[in-house]
Amino acid sequence: MAEMDTSSGGGHKKGPGVKKSKKQSTRVDLTPMVDLGFLLITFFVFTTTMSQSTAMNMNEPKKDTTNQTKVKNSGAMTILLGKSNQVYYYYGQLDPTKLSEQFKSTTFKEIRNLIVEKKKATPLGDLMYIIKSDKQSTFKNAIDILDEMTICDVPPGHYAEVDLPEAEAKMIEQTEQANGIK
Amino acid sequence: MPKVKIPRKSTNIDMTAMCDVAFLLLSFFILATKQKPPEVLAVQTPSSVSSKAVPDKSIIITLTKDGRAFLMLGDETKKPEVLANINLTKGLGLSAAEMAKWGKSEFIGLPFNQIKSSLSAAPIPPDKLPGIPISDSTNNQMVDWMRSISNVYAGGNQSDLEKMILIKGDNDALYPVFKSIKDAFTKNDIYKFRIVTNGEAVPPGSELANSAKAANK
Repeated sequence: MAEMDTSSGGGHKKGPGVKKSKKQSTRVDLTPMVDLGFLLITFFVFTTTMSQSTAMNMNEPKKDTTNQTKVKNSGAMTILLGKSNQVYYYYGQLDPTKLSEQFKSTTFKEIRNLIVEKKKATPLGDLMYIIKSDKQSTFKNAIDILDEMTICDVPPGHYAEVDLPEAEAKMIEQTEQANGIK
Repeated sequence: MPKVKIPRKSTNIDMTAMCDVAFLLLSFFILATKQKPPEVLAVQTPSSVSSKAVPDKSIIITLTKDGRAFLMLGDETKKPEVLANINLTKGLGLSAAEMAKWGKSEFIGLPFNQIKSSLSAAPIPPDKLPGIPISDSTNNQMVDWMRSISNVYAGGNQSDLEKMILIKGDNDALYPVFKSIKDAFTKNDIYKFRIVTNGEAVPPGSELANSAKAANK
């Protein structure tokens, strides 16, 4: 392989005056080269970080004011995203006389159980999750809650992002002040 | 008893084959590694259970922590067209040489009125760029960018464009910035787009994991 044919061709005899030159082996020790090769491999393997960027699909509703979907009160759950990863929720429509009972706060860890509970308690045709994000909530919150919908296997079309009305933004603010969330 | 003669063998092993293997593996790893696309600024993306791969040549809108927005046009063939379209519609008045120079920059992160002056000045490092103005709803320049992009891509399939538009946002970017980007999309009749996230395993015991299990049975 790494040797070259060093035998003088044909084996013809040289003249009496010609000295026979000493045949040197052309065999090279390849061990260091192998070492180097594997060293480089290990270097590349360790320095390469697997980029696991994935793409999440997102569908925005068409702005269609003439054809608004009506949601049944019994099947609706509104999830509000506040600052500092706070989540608030209420079922159905907010009743001004029973605000404190309806408007509850929770965290991202517990929202999954609440979503699943609601899903199991409601017939699929009526089910609707309404997501509203406060100005103080982050991009991560908005993506996480959509991901939560995927994790809970809520079929598409049964959750929607809606603008936060002024009244509810105030409610979030008041709750945040009461709970001392900065 | 006659002595058993053990023939002495050389301990030299021919390393050539091993060397070949080593370098073959090395070249494989180097060639198989996909180069990471350049980034404006380091962005910590949120995670999701989605497992779709990010396509090449995509249009990436980067949202940084402090709410700046950058545009990156991944398709080199379409990029000059988009820039030319913007130059025409927004009346930037760039010469051909300036257009060529602009085409070389990887990110777009300047308001329209600063583009011409920035091309003659020294390049601004990416972390100093002000970003495309979006937070003001009367001057949401992302709307103009998206209009030009959808004009240029108009000949192709709409669903192809939808797959190519990516938002890459930082975890700590505030929601209103994201909202104004979404507004820029919907104003140009783009209702589907994608979000760059970190892949994450489906949590065991969740509804999605259960239904995936049921589907496999």
